[in-house]
Amino acid sequence: MAEKIIEVRNLKKHFKTAAGMVHAVDDITFSINKGETLGIVGESGCGKTTTGRCLLRLIEPTSGEILFNGQDITKLSKRGMNKIRKDMQIIFQDPYSSLNPRRTVFETIAEPIKHNKILPSGSTKADLERRVVELMTTVGLAERLINTYPHELDGGRRQRIGIARALAVEPQFIVCDEPVSALDVSIQAQILNLLKELQRDRGLTFIFITHDLAVVNHFSDDILVTYLGKVVEKAPSETLFENPMHPYTKALLSAILIPEAGANRGRIQLRGELSSPLDPPDECRFAKRCNYYCADCDKGTPPLIEVAPRHFVACHCVGPNGQNSLKLKA
Amino acid sequence: MEKDKITIGGDSDEIVLDVQDLVVHYVLEDETVEAVNGVSLWLKKGQTLGLVGETGAGKTSTALAILNLVQTPPGVIKSGSINVCGANVLEMKPAQLEKIRGKDVSMIFQDPMTALNPVMTVGEQIAESIRYHEKVSDKESLQKAGEMLELVGIPAVRAFEYPHQFSGGMKQRVVIAIALACNPKVLLADEPTSALDVTIQAQVLDLMRDLKEKLGTALVMITHDLGVVATVCDMVAVMYAGKIVEYGTIEDLFNTPMHPYTEGLFNSLPNIKDRKAELIPIRGLMPDPTKLPVGCAFEPRCRYAVEACKAPLEMRQVSDTHSLLCSRYEEPGFRIDMKRGERAHG
Repeated sequence: MAEKIIEVRNLKKHFKTAAGMVHAVDDITFSINKGETLGIVGESGCGKTTTGRCLLRLIEPTSGEILFNGQDITKLSKRGMNKIRKDMQIIFQDPYSSLNPRRTVFETIAEPIKHNKILPSGSTKADLERRVVELMTTVGLAERLINTYPHELDGGRRQRIGIARALAVEPQFIVCDEPVSALDVSIQAQILNLLKELQRDRGLTFIFITHDLAVVNHFSDDILVTYLGKVVEKAPSETLFENPMHPYTKALLSAILIPEAGANRGRIQLRGELSSPLDPPDECRFAKRCNYYCADCDKGTPPLIEVAPRHFVACHCVGPNGQNSLKLKA
Repeated sequence: MEKDKITIGGDSDEIVLDVQDLVVHYVLEDETVEAVNGVSLWLKKGQTLGLVGETGAGKTSTALAILNLVQTPPGVIKSGSINVCGANVLEMKPAQLEKIRGKDVSMIFQDPMTALNPVMTVGEQIAESIRYHEKVSDKESLQKAGEMLELVGIPAVRAFEYPHQFSGGMKQRVVIAIALACNPKVLLADEPTSALDVTIQAQVLDLMRDLKEKLGTALVMITHDLGVVATVCDMVAVMYAGKIVEYGTIEDLFNTPMHPYTEGLFNSLPNIKDRKAELIPIRGLMPDPTKLPVGCAFEPRCRYAVEACKAPLEMRQVSDTHSLLCSRYEEPGFRIDMKRGERAHG
């Protein structure tokens, strides 16, 4: 059995608003093996970014346990947390707003190295510079850019700075929150290949948060499909794409636009849009948009059950052995 | 390409949009951004053209020029002609332009959140465009606005609501209703679904495809997403650094792509059917639009480039429907090795 680096148990994050309680993340449980990638997929408002941030306690979870290398980090003090963040990093979605515009590339990458005292004591400024250049080379940034500011660089290069900054502290685990969605396709491929290479060379563990199913399929070992704060399906990537069971997963897969002539006709259409995450009642959150129904649809929140080895589904219409009683709605 | 031969997807021979040798530059104090450098394209009634390219390729500038909306200064339409339903847009006075905008040609912008007026009900916003172009009473225009909402799948009673009461997908439907309210012959859609979630994107694209077929509108779909093109378009023009580098039918472009840049775009996309397939990115970056080379603008990034690529070049016709801008094809027998293209055939 592979070693688990992260284990999340019953993670919840509720935000209090004037209108009521927003259930952004509602009881999510998963684990990731060392060196693997977990993809979290879903549309806006499904809680994927909140989940990513809760893992690093950039947002404090409402309840639940987050075990990092066996240690529950939700119980750590601020100081303890600061120490452990060295091992867990995040790459943000927007390379434009996640870099300090008044810091040069050198300052941005050097800061975490200094803060976390990565270099042995007695190291000189020259050592620090050497380390920064090393990191820049790793992510494919030319050394001559060391004194440039973010506004002088394009999106792809900025994202590379974000990656170098995350790598600077030599983490074991990185949350990648939509790292390529702000980039053009030709640049997207460059960054995806870079992340894959880094994972291979350094044995990194990733959480890959995205709305793009083609990207997540390419990148992940396991995929978690979320809908309004709940996991609706969890499976190894291949299984999920070959045999999706939850009606929402089916619709998401069918919404992928395949770049081939004559493709993309006769897709599954979902009715309506995401319902409100405010104080959701105890029922299947997807039922209103679902194209299917069964006798049990109104019987409370469906539990996430294992229907085949490593394949979990939360749908009343899918039985414990994967048999389904889905009927098309009129 | 001879216009009379292109009838794919069109239901008649009437050319509703004809752009010839369009050049749009943005003249700044110490440099000139060469955004569009000689674009020619045309559309017949009911046809859909996909204009594909990455950031800075000149897609939006082309669309803005078609409406004569390029901001001057700094923008200058240096040369070219644009005919919408037979009239040259570039020679029109402001009053004439106001008459055709929204009536003969209208545009859907990328971001539905900022395209709507927040202090006006959506019904009013649709009716405004109808009243402007047609002789109707206020009551009639509002009734027509309700019908337009129903057409895009929103209950007419919601005409009295404000934009903030609608979700992103719904707002984009309202924008589509405004654009189609006067039954334009040409609709320019600038990344209409990029800001939307995937399942909502699917809804909106299907809606646009249905409406286009129902109303016979010619559509220019500006996008960076080849999946969107495959879903709604009949013809495709791939743009790079202000020029069309490959032009053809959907089948031409997707089954036998020929330009190295088109190949690069396909190879950069993760293949949903083969998760182990390696991505082959295009090396390097887009050229600086203030310092474009005389020869092929893609040459510095191209893996097939040779010395001859640095010389000026012209569009070449490879079949009745398919043309491209690449001088390597001067050599008999030259082909790109396009892994994905071969897979699509097999």
